[in-house]
This record gives sequence, C-alpha cells and structure tokens, in this order.
Amino acid sequence: MGIAVDIRHAVKRYGTVTALHDVSLAIDDNAFFTLLGPSGCGKTTLLRLIGGFEETDGGEILLFGQDIAHLEPNQRPVNTVFQNYALFPHMSVLENVAFGLKMKGLDTAARTARAGRMLEMVHLSGYADRLPSQLSGGQQQRVALARALAPEPRVLLLDEPLSALDLKLRQAMRVELKTLQEENGITFIFVTHDQEEALTMSDRIAVMHAGTIQQLGTPREIYEAPVNRFVADFIGETNILEAEVHAVSQLTATLSLAGQTVTCPAAAITPGRHHVSIRPERVTLAASGLAATVERVIYLGTDLHVITRLSTGAEMRLRMQNAGRVTPPEPGAAVHLHLEEGALRLLAD
Amino acid sequence: MKGVRHYPGFMAVTVGCLVVLYAPLIVVMAYSFNGSNSITQWGGFSLHWYTQVFTGPEAPRFGQAARNSLTIAALASTTATLIATAAAIAMVQGAPFRGKGATFALINLPLMVPEIVTAVATLIFFSAIGLTTGYFTILIAHIAFCIPFAYLPIAARLEGIAPSYEAAARDLYATRWQAFRLVLLPLMMPGVAAGWLLAFIISLDDFIITNFVKGAGIETLPTAIFGAVKQGIKPNIMAISTLMLAVSILFVTLAWFINRKGHRTP
Amino acid sequence: MADTRRRTLLLLPTWAVIGVLMLIPVLLMAVYSFLTKEFRGGVEWQFSLAAYDQFFLTRGLFGDEPAAIEWTYINIFWRSIWQAALATLLCLMIGFPTAWFIATRPPSSRAIWLFLITVPYWVNLLIRTVSLKFLIRDNGPLNEFLIALNLIDNPLPLVNTNLAVQLGLFYSYLPFMVLPIYAAVERYDTALSEAAADLYASRWTTLREIILPVVKPGIVAGCILVFVPSLGAFLAPDLLGGAKTFMIGSLIDEQFRGSQGNWPFGAAVSMVLMTLVLIVLMFHARAQGSRR
Repeated sequence: MGIAVDIRHAVKRYGTVTALHDVSLAIDDNAFFTLLGPSGCGKTTLLRLIGGFEETDGGEILLFGQDIAHLEPNQRPVNTVFQNYALFPHMSVLENVAFGLKMKGLDTAARTARAGRMLEMVHLSGYADRLPSQLSGGQQQRVALARALAPEPRVLLLDEPLSALDLKLRQAMRVELKTLQEENGITFIFVTHDQEEALTMSDRIAVMHAGTIQQLGTPREIYEAPVNRFVADFIGETNILEAEVHAVSQLTATLSLAGQTVTCPAAAITPGRHHVSIRPERVTLAASGLAATVERVIYLGTDLHVITRLSTGAEMRLRMQNAGRVTPPEPGAAVHLHLEEGALRLLAD
Repeated sequence: MKGVRHYPGFMAVTVGCLVVLYAPLIVVMAYSFNGSNSITQWGGFSLHWYTQVFTGPEAPRFGQAARNSLTIAALASTTATLIATAAAIAMVQGAPFRGKGATFALINLPLMVPEIVTAVATLIFFSAIGLTTGYFTILIAHIAFCIPFAYLPIAARLEGIAPSYEAAARDLYATRWQAFRLVLLPLMMPGVAAGWLLAFIISLDDFIITNFVKGAGIETLPTAIFGAVKQGIKPNIMAISTLMLAVSILFVTLAWFINRKGHRTP
Repeated sequence: MADTRRRTLLLLPTWAVIGVLMLIPVLLMAVYSFLTKEFRGGVEWQFSLAAYDQFFLTRGLFGDEPAAIEWTYINIFWRSIWQAALATLLCLMIGFPTAWFIATRPPSSRAIWLFLITVPYWVNLLIRTVSLKFLIRDNGPLNEFLIALNLIDNPLPLVNTNLAVQLGLFYSYLPFMVLPIYAAVERYDTALSEAAADLYASRWTTLREIILPVVKPGIVAGCILVFVPSLGAFLAPDLLGGAKTFMIGSLIDEQFRGSQGNWPFGAAVSMVLMTLVLIVLMFHARAQGSRR
C-alpha cells in the first residue's frame, strides 16, 4: 500500500489572505481519508488544489510519486464529486455519467455499457433518460457519484457531498459511500465540517483550522487524544480546565487540578499553566475525587447530562448512561468526580 | 494553469470591441476641438466650433431644436415615469390577476415592434384623427415609448423590496397612502430616479419616431443634426454631437450610481 | 374588491396611453394598407388591394400585362434579412467572447467593464452612426491614418458599401447581444466547467458541449434583440449605405416623404415587416415553450 497523494508544504494565498499555510500531508492508497474542519479552515481549498482547480503558491503535490501541481484538471487521473453536484442540466443522467468516458475517447457502445453499470451500482438504473432537474437531491448526489467513478479514477475527491441531504438520507449515504470505497479499493478524500460524519467513515482524519493541520490521526486518536484546544473542542464535547503542570516525564505528567494532584499521559510541553481536556463520558460520580456541586441534570433519553461546578468555579460536565436503575443526582447535591485513568489529556494551546 | 473560466483570445476580442466602440466617438470629440476649418486637417486646439454652436449663424435653429428636445424629454419622462410607477406597483405587488400577462405584453409592446413600424403607425393615427403634427404629437408619441423604459428599473427595484415593509407599516396603523408615501416610495426611489433618467435619455435621443411625427415646422436636436448631416458633416455638428454625448454619459453615470447606491440599502 | 379597483386605476393610464398610441395605430396601419393612395400623398378611404399588388406583383410598365411576381421589393426584403442576419452573426462572434470575459472578471472590475461597454450605447444612435461615417469616409481619419502608415496608397472605399452598413448595424446593436449573454453567463455555475475539466474535457470541448447549451437562452435572446431592430433599421443603411444597400427602413421612409409618397404602400410594407418580426418572435416563444 503506497502513498496516493503526498502534499508537501503547500501554500495558497488569495490576495492578502493566506488560505493554506505550509500544509504537509501523506494520504495512503485505498484509504478513506477525511479533511475535517469549520468553514474557512482551508479544507476545500486543499481539495481543489489536489483536483487542479486552483494553483499552489508554493509547495508540491505528488500523485503516486508524480508531481501534478502544474497539470490541468483534465490531465489528472483524479475525479471529483462536487458539493452542489454540478450535473450538466441539459444532459440526461446517462449522458452525465458517460461524459468522462466520452472525453477519454470510448465509443458509444462501451460508454453506454459502463455508464449503465455505474447507474446499477448506485441503484438508479431506471433513471437513465431523466434530466437532473427531475431528480431528488439524494438521486442527484448518486448520479454525481456514478459520474465521478465511471472513468475509474485512482483517487476520488468528495467536497461535502452529503451536506445538502436530510439526516436520514445522509446516514444511509454514509454507509453506502464507505462500502463503495472498500469494495472498489479507491482512495477517497472526503471533505466535511460534520465531525460525526468524519468519525464514522474515516480511516484517518486531518483536522484543519485557519489553513493549518491541527492534528492527523485515526478517529480514535483524534477523539480520545486531542493534541490541542481546538481539536478537543471541535470534536465532540469536552471539558477544558486549567491546570498547573509540575513535572513532565517520559510517559506521565504530574499536575494540580482544582486542588488535587493527578497524573495524565505526557505531552510535549514544559511545566507551568496549561489546559487539560477530558470527555464528559470519562467522568463519573464516585465516593472520592474532585469535589463538585451538581448544578443541573439534563435528560437526553439515552444519556443524562450532569452539569457540575468545581470548587474553583470551573464547570465540569458528565455524561451518564440512563441505565434505568441509576438514580440521577439532585441539583445542589455535593458529589465527588472520578476522572478515568488516562482520559485526561494535556493540550498544547 | 489558468482556471476553467479562462479562454485565450477572449480578452483581446473584448478590448478590440471596446476600441471599435469608442474610436468613432473619440475621433469626433477630438475633431470638435479642431482649430482649422477643414474636417480632416488638424489645426490646433480650439473652442471655435463650440462658440459657433452657441453664437453662429445656425445657433438659433439648433438652439430652438435643443430647447424642444429638452422640454419634450423632461415632460415625456416625467409623465412616463408616473404612469410606469403606477403600473409597476400594480404589476409587481400582489397576487397574479387576470390580464396580468396581457398588461405585461402591452408594456413591452413598444420594445418589440420595430421602431419604424411604430413611427408609421403613429403618423397614420395622427393623420386619421386629424391631429396636426407638431410639438404635441411628438410629446405624446414619446410618452408612449418611454413607458417601458421607465418601467424596467422601477419594476426591478420593486421586486427587490419585500412586501413585509409595507405590511409592517400598516400593522403600525399607517393608512395605505401613508404606507406608500413614507415606506414604499423612499425605498423605490432609486428605481424611480433611474427610470426617469432612462426615459429622459431615450426621449432626447429618439430620431425615427420623432422624424415621422414632427411635421415640417419643428425640429428636435436629433432631427436637426440629421438634416445638417445630409448636407455634409461640418465641425459644428461634431461640437453639438460631443455636447450631446457628454449629456448622455452624464445622465447614464448618474443613473448608474443612483442604482448602485440603492442596491446597498436593504 | 378594493384591490381590484385600485389595480385597475393604477393600470388605466398605461392601458390608455399605450393602447391608444400603439395598439390602435397599428390596427389603423393595417387598415390603411388596404386603402387607396391619394394624389397628393395621404389616403382616400376606398378599399383597394393596390398596395399589396404593387408589392408582390407586377403588371408590366403600363399595367396591362398578366400578373407576374414583382421581385424588386421582395429582393429588398431578402437583402434586409440577409444584412440583419450577418449583423447578428457579427455581433454574436464578437459579443459572446466579450460577454464571457466581462462576466468572469472579479466583481470589483466587472462593474467597470460593464460600464465601459454600455456607455457608448447611451450616446444617441444618430450621433454614433454619424461618427462612424465620419471615421471611415474616403477622406476621413481612418483612411488618413492608414495612408500615413503607408499601409495603403489610396483611400479604402468604405462608405456606401454593405460592409459599412454591417459595421453600422454592429455598432448600433452590439450591447443588445452582450447584455443578455452576460446575464446568462453570470448565472452560469462555474462548477459545471470544473466538472467537465475534472472529466477530461478540454477548454474548447467544454465550451461547445457544456457552456453553449447551458447559456443558449441568453444567446437566443441576444440574437433576437439584434436581428429584429436590424431588420427595420433606417439610420445605418441610410447614412452609411448607398443605392446598392437599400433596405426596408429606407423603403418605408420613402413612402411618407412629401407628395411622392404612397401611404397605403408604406403601410403595406410595414405590415409585411411586422409579420416577419411576429413570425420570428413566435418561433422563439414556441421554442421556449417546448423546452418546458
């Protein structure tokens, strides 16, 4: 398994605004790779650089070892699923799907056959002669997918393809996309701002913010071991507290948190004031631990969300499973909070 | 790699196009300042022809023609704007009604019919009802074909105004008329102003229809210029042309800015 | 009910003015085409097909031969259609790249380009045509310029030619082609071009296969807005053309000048012109309707 896309020190500027600051990234072949971040973070810019719709102001882009930075989009064996699908309105569904094949010189019979197979794959065989305007959003999305896959690209770029769909459809499409990727062995580079989407579908995620990559890792790494405040905050819910770090060794760091001395996995920082993060589901009510007062309990059906306040005045949120036999704490009650071993993470801010 | 919207050669065509469009005008402007009597030899910079326009032997004729043009334009554009404003309010606001399509076709009729056909038809009409051709016939013909030109910017502006403004005013106890005068009209103003300016220029510039319905005794600036050109292009014609050019550009720039400023207010 | 009354009141002036000054006159014109020409110009209220007869048929010099098709006027019409079509083509060839270029400028400079291209249009058509005539005359600046550069020895005879009329029509109506195409290109989704490039299409293939079909309504609108006025144009052919380029507009104008005029004939020619225009517009409306 080699490297499909290798981005080295990519820089992109729009006038006085820098959209990408020295971004470097290696994406494995046959992987489902996601660029995740809020709008304006540069993820779409990066995708467009790979696709060839923008030119870099610095850095290299290698596709399977070849520098493609100066190739036009129609010279790159990479295909794109656009955010608003960009289906050609005057062509039928079949003509749309067959377009790339036509451009590559396939004859009519071969084109029609392959396009027909692609439509089968996305379950739209009966719609071959319809116009895009006659399709629903979900159907258009699938046509866009079929069209991009028809020329058998080695890398597929997907620019927030599910953002226009309603929830149920989106969830169904997530599964379909993941299955498609695994079955076809194509590298998918997926752009989204929806972190749940990223976590459920990706092999690896690059979390981006303000034109830089904040963290690169598997969904599990990103969620459970966020390296900085942005990642911790952006993915899921978390508690962020101030702590005084006393000592940092190879594996652990010792710090004071709300009057208590605790240890946590080490990070590349020096002693002093820093922030730590712990996920709400890793904090539990116990007999001993951090002293806190319950402020509110929110009933969420599957979970209970308990909002407490520490003696320092900082807020600590807990997520408890609503497992029937648990009696929820009362607002105003004094409780003790136990932080799960290894769940407390030091953040480099 | 230039981006998918780039097409080589298109810029050259555009620039060439602009050159071709401006060249005759710039040449005329330049020669209007020509000191010499000949049209082709350059004799130094001079305002001679401009003074000729205002004080020379043909000055009274052109002066009267200019007066006619300006007064007709002012009257026609004002009337057309009032009528078009009323029409726009009826057409743009409120639900579709029977006859809306027909009214829309009617408003656009002067734009669809070739100008010479309109000219012929109007002349025949005046002749048939026994109306003597002259200032008045020119005026009412102008009002008719100015209406669609005034209508366009007004309707466009009105379409951009949410009906909720008027509704809010009525909700706050304003009468229909107050809501119109204090809320709708100020919001519409850029469109109305642009419509007036547009109608003014259209009226000022008109030749074909005016030429047909004016009869023998009266001239407007375009018909006077045409008559003079038929006798040969003289530098004073270029001076007048430059003056008219400047007026047109001034008015259009005004209309442009008014509309743009209007677009920035919600 | 009050709404309807209010609306009727608001629309009444419009209906009155345009109805009286356009609808009725056109109907009247149709009537006139069936009347008899009066000796001094003007009409006698007597039904006659003489006008149409004169247009379509010839009966020899003294009117005593059997009817044969009169080609003179039909030829004039045919020539006008030809001229209008050529002018439309010229406007399209130049207007499309111009519209595309301007519409794809960054928003800040786009307004300036638009402004530049519309400003000449606002100058009086008569003055524009006169300026063009002045420029390309035998002893005009253009020829002087070319002679001075030693590119030619003798002045190019540009006026009184078909080319001059073409140029005049192009000059008159170019913005009518540019603006609708510009509007269509502005609405054009660039992602379509990106998708085409993504799928291995070259620039020009994209233009042919994707852009032109999608932008077609704008192109058609532009073509109609140039063709129809060109058909009935008067100023460009009159000032820039000569006897060889006699067109419909001049033919009609001639019928209403002084005592040589023939009002019913002029009305008849106008009717034929209007019918032609209506046919073009109907085709267009039908094509638009069938697309839905």
